[in-house]
Amino acid sequence: MIVVLRNPDREVRLAGRHRVKELLQELKVIPETVLVIRGKELLTSDQVVGEDDVIEVRPVISGGVR
Amino acid sequence: MKCRKCGESAVIELRRHNTAYCADDFVAFFRHYTVETIRKWKMFEKEEPILVAVSGGKDSLALWDVLTLEGYRTTGLYLDLGIDEYSKGSRAKCEAFASERGAKLEVIPVIEEVGASIPEVQIATRRPTCSACGLSKRYLTNQAALARGFAVVATGHNLDDEAATLFGSVLRWQEEALSRQSPVLPASSPKLARRVKPLFRLTELETAAYSFLRGIDYIVEECPFSKGATSLHYKEVLNRLEAHAPGTKHAFLLGYLDRIRPAFKRGQEVTLRECIRCGQATTSELCAFCRLVDEVSHKSHTISGPVSAGA
Ligand code: SF4
Ligand SMILES: [Zn+2]
Ligand SMILES: [Zn+2]
Repeated sequence: MIVVLRNPDREVRLAGRHRVKELLQELKVIPETVLVIRGKELLTSDQVVGEDDVIEVRPVISGGVR
Repeated sequence: MKCRKCGESAVIELRRHNTAYCADDFVAFFRHYTVETIRKWKMFEKEEPILVAVSGGKDSLALWDVLTLEGYRTTGLYLDLGIDEYSKGSRAKCEAFASERGAKLEVIPVIEEVGASIPEVQIATRRPTCSACGLSKRYLTNQAALARGFAVVATGHNLDDEAATLFGSVLRWQEEALSRQSPVLPASSPKLARRVKPLFRLTELETAAYSFLRGIDYIVEECPFSKGATSLHYKEVLNRLEAHAPGTKHAFLLGYLDRIRPAFKRGQEVTLRECIRCGQATTSELCAFCRLVDEVSHKSHTISGPVSAGA
């Protein structure tokens, strides 16, 4: 599968099927800090993503003085 | 995972509430929670005109969206900070959002008010970019509200923002910052609009999910100056704790606001006067914004003034 990461934009290729939870562990991402997106869908941690999927892991954390 | 409300498949799990929702039920939850916050914390009334400070990011656009859906009278305010591509992109997002919904948006270029864009202010004054920027944003939003007759300014601060600010203030025991931290800052002078944060009980993950599910096209890129910001480290620490014990951020912030701040606030009342130049509320003779503008104009004269000899 292709995992699209943002800020800066980059791609990671992973083989096989993965549960979202394990995918995030593998990428060393804290689950509370990202949306996991497939097309127009948001995925929960128990969902399984397949070999042919394109997944966006989009950070939700903003910095600076607001 | 199933939606707790309707049994359809869930799109988001809210571990701190020990629940999960489908898209429709999450959006309903988010709207209800925001409206309840507005009521419970007496932020504003239905008829009051609200100035919503928008940045083009997920939080402020989510807030504007909820307020519009719930029938509040809103006007958006976008401050163009002059931060190259980031400002261009975020401004375009706000303008598109407003025109799609037929909402009113005001744009103020910071360069016209301060005499320089935010990156130039940093170069001219050597102040940390975010401190000059934060100061300008607070001042100009307030000024815009007063000039246009808004008694209330609403901002998109979320639970993560507020918990991170509190965490930073506690780490250094910054009494003044602690006493000021609140989701509602009342108008303590006729020159100050009330400032409210209707999303302060919703996490950053929740505001992002809401924006995504509502199809709000927000700017995902971050301001280039936010890189390495201390607040990001605080957020990371808090999210690690949250991962182990869901509800930690909420308990930390709400516990402070409910139980600690009332006792703490009493010793921290300050007297406000009017700035001798611009008339806005301040604790000193000349307000912090006017001092910033002086620094900018002084420095740019010494850099590019008529007597400067070439290199
Ligand atoms: S990150 Fe800093 S410079 Fe950028 S918008 Fe936020 S406060 Fe301003
Ligand atoms: Zn449902
Ligand atoms: Zn002033």
